[in-house]
Order: sequence, then C-alpha cells, then structure tokens
Amino acid sequence: MEFLSPSTVEEALEAKHAHPDGVPIMGGTDVMVELNFDKRRPPALIDLSRVAELSEWGPDDGRIRLGAGVSYTRIVEGLGAGAPALAKAARTVASPQIRNRGTVGGNLGGASPAGDTHPALLATDAVVELASVRGRRKVPAREFYLSLRETACRSDELITAVLLPEPTGPQQFAKIGTRNAMVIAVTSFSLALDRERRAVGTGLGAAAPTPVRAETAEEFLAEEFDWEGGSSPSEAVVRRFGDLVASAARPIDDQRGSAAYRKHALSVMARRALSWSVTEYRKGAA
Amino acid sequence: MRVSFEVNGEKVSADNVWPGESLLYVLRERLGLPGSKNACEQGECGSCTVYFDGETACSCMIAAGQAEGRRVGTVEGLAEGRGKGADERPLGAVQEAFVEAGAVQCGFCTPGLLVQTDDLLERTVGAGEGAPDDAQIREALAGNLCRCTGYEKIIDAVHLAAERRAGAGSGS
Ligand SMILES: Cc1cc2nc3c(=O)[nH]c(=O)nc-3n(C[C@H](O)[C@H](O)[C@H](O)COP(=O)(O)OP(=O)(O)OC[C@H]3O[C@@H](n4cnc5c(N)ncnc54)[C@H](O)[C@@H]3O)c2cc1C
Ligand code: FES
Ligand code: FES
Repeated sequence: MEFLSPSTVEEALEAKHAHPDGVPIMGGTDVMVELNFDKRRPPALIDLSRVAELSEWGPDDGRIRLGAGVSYTRIVEGLGAGAPALAKAARTVASPQIRNRGTVGGNLGGASPAGDTHPALLATDAVVELASVRGRRKVPAREFYLSLRETACRSDELITAVLLPEPTGPQQFAKIGTRNAMVIAVTSFSLALDRERRAVGTGLGAAAPTPVRAETAEEFLAEEFDWEGGSSPSEAVVRRFGDLVASAARPIDDQRGSAAYRKHALSVMARRALSWSVTEYRKGAA
Repeated sequence: MRVSFEVNGEKVSADNVWPGESLLYVLRERLGLPGSKNACEQGECGSCTVYFDGETACSCMIAAGQAEGRRVGTVEGLAEGRGKGADERPLGAVQEAFVEAGAVQCGFCTPGLLVQTDDLLERTVGAGEGAPDDAQIREALAGNLCRCTGYEKIIDAVHLAAERRAGAGSGS
C-alpha cells in the first residue's frame, strides 16, 4: 500500500487523479476503523492532514467557507454564531478525542445516513465544494446525497470545503441516542428558519438510505408561520409539522431502533425544534 | 516505510512500518511504549489516548504515516522527569491522585484517562480558570470507558488532582 502525503490541494488532486482507488484520509476516525479491522485494503492512502487549505475557514462572499478538514472541536469553538446548526451537530459527535480529529469532509466522504453534519447542511442549504484536476465545482448539499453512501463526489474528486450561508434566523439540531456522548444517532433532525426568504429548511438523519429533507413539512411551516410577529403556532400546526416531518422518513428497523420508533422520535424532535426556534425567533436572535 | 516523530520530547524513528498501521501499534509494538492500551481499535474506549500535536486523540485512529514529524505525548511522559519508559520514575501529580482516590482497579483504562485528565486540567486550572466541575469532568472523559470502577472514584481523582494543581498555583 502506498502512502501519499500531499501538502497542497493541487498535489492532493494530482494524487487522487493518479490513484482513483486511493482512499483519502483526514481525521481517520472512519478510515482507521476499516483498516484496523481488515475491512479495507486500499492500494493507496492519500493523507490530507498536511494540506493547510483544508484546515482553514473564514468569510467568503457573504458565506463562511469551511475547509473540509477543520475539526469538530474547532467548529464548536468558532462557529457557534456563524453556523449554529452545524456547530450544535458537531457538539454531539462522539467524544472530545474524536472531535479533535473528525471533520465535515470525512463525514461527507463516508456519507453515512446517520452522520451528524448532514441534517444541518441540508437544513441550512449549505454548498459542497468539490475539486479535481479538471477544476472546482459547487454542489448544493441538497443534491449531494445520491443513494446509500453514494454521493456526487466522483472518484477523481476531493471535497475541499463547505460553504455555509449566513444564518438569518434560528437553527436547531436534535439527536436521539442511548447516551449523551459517543452515540451514532438513532435518528436526528435539524431545522433552520430563514427570516429573509421566509423559508424553512429541514434535514433528517438515520431516517432513510440517505440524509433527506422533509419538503412538504418545510412548505407547510413556511406558509403557516407568523414571519412578521413570530407568534407561537397553534397546537394543530405544531402537530401537523411533526407528522409531516415523520412522513418524509423511510427508516429501517435495526439494532439501534425500530422504524416506528424513529418516525415517532422524528415527530417529537421536530415539534421541540420548532418551539425552541419560535422562542429564539421572537427574541430576534438570528 | 520509515516514520520519524517526537515522543515525550525525544526524537524517535521506526522502520518497516506498514503505512496503514495505527500510531498505537507503532508506539506499543515498535517503540517499546506499551503504556497506551489497545482495547477496541475503533475509537470507542479511549484507552489509547495520547497527545497529538498538543490535542488529545485516540492513537488507534491515526495512521502511522500521519504521525511523521508530529509531536506525540503518551502516558509514559506524565511521570516526573520526561522521557521514555516510566518504570523507575516517580509518578506525576495526576497519577498520584488516581492512586490515592482508588480510581484504578484493573488499570486498563487508566493510561487514557490520565492523558485526558492531564489535558482537562491544562485547559482549566492551567489556563487560569477554576477547577473543573462534575459536568466538565464527565464531558471531558465521555470517550474513556472503564469497566471496573463505576467512574465515581475517577471523578474524585480528577477533583483531587485539580485541587492540588490549583493549590500549587498555576503552572505545573
Ligand atoms: C468512536 C467513534 C464515534 C463516532 N461518532 C460519530 C457521531 O456521533 N456522529 C457522526 O456523524 N460520526 C461519528 N463517527 C464517525 C466519524 O468520526 C465521522 O464520520 C467523521 O466526520 C469522519 O471524519 P474524519 O476526518 O475522521 O474522516 P476519515 O476517516 O479521514 O474519512 C472518512 C471518509 O471520507 C473520505 N474523505 C475524507 N476526507 C475527504 C475529502 N476531503 N474528500 C473526499 N473524501 C474524503 C475518506 O476516504 C473516508 O471514506 C464516529 C467515529 C468513531 C470512531
Ligand atoms: S483502542 Fe483506541 S479507542 Fe479503544
Ligand atoms: S480500572 Fe478496569 S477498566 Fe477501568
């Protein structure tokens, strides 16, 4: 097995071009599990941890450009205000040791339907930046997840960054698991209210073969919500929103939870996320 | 491949390393540093926790090649007088606190907990903040599993180590 250590994005893209079967490794928190247990023997490992650009973040034309290799710890520390849903999701990942290493690029690269960043990226309409020797392109998160663990990222491409729109309203992330730390989501939910466009964004994790949105629920709430005054929606609206979120899910029964439980949990999380958001919306907290 | 990096302040190299093996394997099997324990090899238990360029990480989740040129700190480095092998050297303050509080039973989880606790104290007491409270301790140690103690004595040990460090003035 070859071990490649590019130090710039260009070198990394050359390496990926030359070794389309080569496996990128950033924090290693998914890749190393597979290597340690002999589940994968790639012909090459492409170590991205020395590519400085991937570990940087900063403002970019009204958005935040977050390098694919920024650790969860740094997201929690630095993006609480700039990307609340993503920061809240990052806060729930695993343990401090894993958060020091794990990255959004790795979460997107593995594309587990239970990955915690996906619901937040979907709800906030984030954009994934992909690059290859052919050039860079941008794919909205909402078009990134194709089928179980398949994404828009091609075999000669690397994920270089995610572009996070400036928040224009409350953003939430909620996750159900057996413990407060160190759990893969039984199911998870993210909600974003966009005051300016009067739009609602949602993202559901571990609810279908890919991370998904609940578009009918988004349209329903955008229609019903009091964008002017932020008054509390009626009990019937809240309940209907929860039901519509649950009905967007196509969950499975597995050892972490039954499909029926997942749907129930999603409707509860959706109702809670909505009530937290309304309180925040009224406070004008964006 | 050959991998060279720094462990507990000393430059080390290992030869014939398979690039996909873990830093934990390199430390234990190639460098004679068995302090970091291997209990799961999947990031779940924290018994392999080391400092990696100043931040704590599970060494089983780091590929050997990723360690090239980096700074690694292991439990062996927590004993007084840094260097390789901790056998004959006095224990560090966090280690003493664990012994005194009865936080060690089989001891398999202990090295990881010691490194993670050392880091917590560095970021709280060491950074001029007060001693960590129960919630902060539980959060910091959430990725370190212990099958023996039931955690209460471990939390006691962290409080004890924090109090002593705060009492000794910040610094070490
Ligand atoms: C104990 C433990 C607990 C965990 N808990 C959680 C959890 O609570 N929530 C959660 O979401 N995940 C969890 N995970 C999974 C993992 O930590 C996350 O998916 C993390 O985001 C992976 O990031 P990484 O940088 O470590 O990825 P790596 O392991 O380095 O890579 C992951 C995948 O992405 C690919 N890849 C990496 N970077 C790029 C790139 N720039 N371009 C293209 N492909 C790339 C790799 O080839 C690989 O297929 C856990 C893992 C462990 C070991
Ligand atoms: S051996 Fe590394 S976390 Fe368990
Ligand atoms: S003392 Fe035995 S696992 Fe913790």
